[in-house]
Amino acid sequence: MSKMNTLIGASALALTAGMAFAEGHGCGIENGRISILSNDFPALRAVVERAQTCATDGIEFSANQTTEHKDIQVAALSANPSEYTAAVVANGSILPLLNEGLIRPLDDLIAEHGQSLSPTQMITIDGQVMAIAFMANAQHLFVRTDILEQAGVEIPTTYEEVIEASAAIEDAGIMDDPFAMNTQVGWNLAEEFVNMYLGYGGEFFEPGTANVAINNEAGIAALEMLRSLNEYADPDFLTFDSNATSALWESGEIAIATMWGSRGATILDEEGSTDEVTSATQLVGAPTVGGGERPASTLWWDGFTIASNISDEDAEATFIAMVNGIDPAVMDGNMDAAVWLIEGYQPGPAAEGVAATAQSSTAPYPMLPYMGLLHTALGNELADFMQGSESAEQALADTEAAYTTAAREQGYLQ
Amino acid sequence: MTHGTFLKFIFPSLAAMLLFIALPIVSVVVQSLHVEHEQVLITTENCGPFGCTPSTTIDQEATQALRDAEPLGRFNGLGTYFNRSHLATTEIGIAWRASDSLGEFFGRVMNLPFYKALAFTLAYTFIVTPLVLILGLMIALAVNALPRIVKGPTIFFTLLPMIVTPLIGSLILFWMIDARGILGASLQNLFDDPNLSLKASPTLTWITLFVYGVWHSAPFAFIVFYAGLQTVSEETLEAAMIDGASRWQRVRHVTIPHLMPLVIFITLIQLMDNFRVFEPIVGFSAEANATSLSWIIFDDLRNEAGALFGSAAATSVLTIIGIAILLTPVVVRTWRDFNRKAV
Repeated sequence: MSKMNTLIGASALALTAGMAFAEGHGCGIENGRISILSNDFPALRAVVERAQTCATDGIEFSANQTTEHKDIQVAALSANPSEYTAAVVANGSILPLLNEGLIRPLDDLIAEHGQSLSPTQMITIDGQVMAIAFMANAQHLFVRTDILEQAGVEIPTTYEEVIEASAAIEDAGIMDDPFAMNTQVGWNLAEEFVNMYLGYGGEFFEPGTANVAINNEAGIAALEMLRSLNEYADPDFLTFDSNATSALWESGEIAIATMWGSRGATILDEEGSTDEVTSATQLVGAPTVGGGERPASTLWWDGFTIASNISDEDAEATFIAMVNGIDPAVMDGNMDAAVWLIEGYQPGPAAEGVAATAQSSTAPYPMLPYMGLLHTALGNELADFMQGSESAEQALADTEAAYTTAAREQGYLQ
Repeated sequence: MTHGTFLKFIFPSLAAMLLFIALPIVSVVVQSLHVEHEQVLITTENCGPFGCTPSTTIDQEATQALRDAEPLGRFNGLGTYFNRSHLATTEIGIAWRASDSLGEFFGRVMNLPFYKALAFTLAYTFIVTPLVLILGLMIALAVNALPRIVKGPTIFFTLLPMIVTPLIGSLILFWMIDARGILGASLQNLFDDPNLSLKASPTLTWITLFVYGVWHSAPFAFIVFYAGLQTVSEETLEAAMIDGASRWQRVRHVTIPHLMPLVIFITLIQLMDNFRVFEPIVGFSAEANATSLSWIIFDDLRNEAGALFGSAAATSVLTIIGIAILLTPVVVRTWRDFNRKAV
């Protein structure tokens, strides 16, 4: 009996080994540690799942997918050896890792294992590739064509037209508050200001320095525009994050919204909404503002980075697994889950907005070491103005003062 | 008990307090006196899927050399305490000179993040604490008067708000007061105002947070008072009744004096808890209208560009000082009572 058991055990072992080989042979890594930290949404889950197929017997594989990834990445990668071998980041969240020198240049690894990558995917900083991008995102307009038609207005291409269209919808008595954007106090509100300010052609800093310079005409115009727009939004707008605005959209309570492209797929799918809403929802490019050429939006990418504080062997294994994770095959069945920056990607209706925004020379989100400090300051100081209890000049002056205090503490300003 | 035995008894808890309370506080104080090293910046070219742009990055080697030389960072003395994010002495001076009236000066001071947060924190502490005491006592008296058979279930349900995790409790209420939620929609109907929003106006947000605070903490006061009520002497109450005292007079002159030590205990705990108000602000997304000292610390630690440890540490130390000031009158009173009894 015991002999029998041993036999069964042995054959089972052989079988698992064989299966693991079948799954893993495409990557050709035998040992090492692969540990991935990333944000948590469907497209990233698909990438990490594909990277996991490289995990053969000799490989220690783990992944932590959490929306709180930004808050743990610096501490986790500062350890030596670091907790994660790869961190999936975006334009904004790569900065703290770069600032602390926690991610390694990828040039050598690309030369050896990155033949399938295209040069546009490589995020180059100071001549060295620091990240491999595989997805793009941007905020742009979502419109309800049926409501616009009913109110007798065209699809807006500028924010001035968005205001006119919203007014027309209100005047026609179709909806009370037809407009929404992600204006929750904090990160979201700051992002809306950044978009609008760039739309007016503003520059955030004096060139080549960390001295902030937003208290100017463009800054005031951007704030005034944000407030005018939100007169057509629900009075609770300062609590609206991405979840809140998508829920409003799916419930059919709004007709024009500025939202993230990455929400497109969930909004257009059959869940959580009615056919009346989804069939009339159209995703269009981000509008321009104040007669500017550039849309009032910023382009974002998601990409992977490899930690500094790990052995070269682990780095190599992780790099190969991540390159496998973003293989064109990851798009099978996930084509609409994201705007992929991967060869062979065919944009569907959910990607039209981001594609249109990217084609019209929208600026990428500024990758400056001290941009995060300004983003946080904006998020905290603009609420008073948005509620009408402060002037635009005062709000911008407060932001500059808050930024300067934080930048002094972090050593960017003396 | 001899001093030796006493020391032996107290040593484990003394060691734990030193390790887990005193040392962390010392480290926070040290942290608050330092700021980060100067970041050595260089101009570079960044490229990505959307083209190349000239940009600025940090010179890793030069910055690392500075850090290795002084791992704690640059010594900044009390600089962080007096900067704009904290006591803002310079800004207050400017505001004082530029203001024509006290009201205007106050308006300017309230625009500074620390004072704005302090105002809400103090308002929350001084409004919620007494209301919790009063409501807790009322519930305890009411429950105590119930027939024995329904007491158990009533106590259980009364304790629920305290059992629910603060963040979850506040989120549930947040959804209920939404314009589409049951409370929000009912209020709109009641006041016949379709634009009434508890989340948009500062005053209504403050009131919502106060109500939440009382709702959450009243069960704590209730259960302590309820326990205390079981020890009120029946004889004294009966004597009072025979003397013709009404229910209110019995409560006022027999029960409350008996419960006074518990009132002080609850006041102490509530002052400390309420001064650290945090979860409801996050749960109610109330940052636009109400921030607290704890929330500022949280915000500094979650800065997009990496945690501002010095700033967070300075606010922590100021919070500790704030709690110490608040508790002084209560502690002094307790100490006097204790001495009087000892003599």
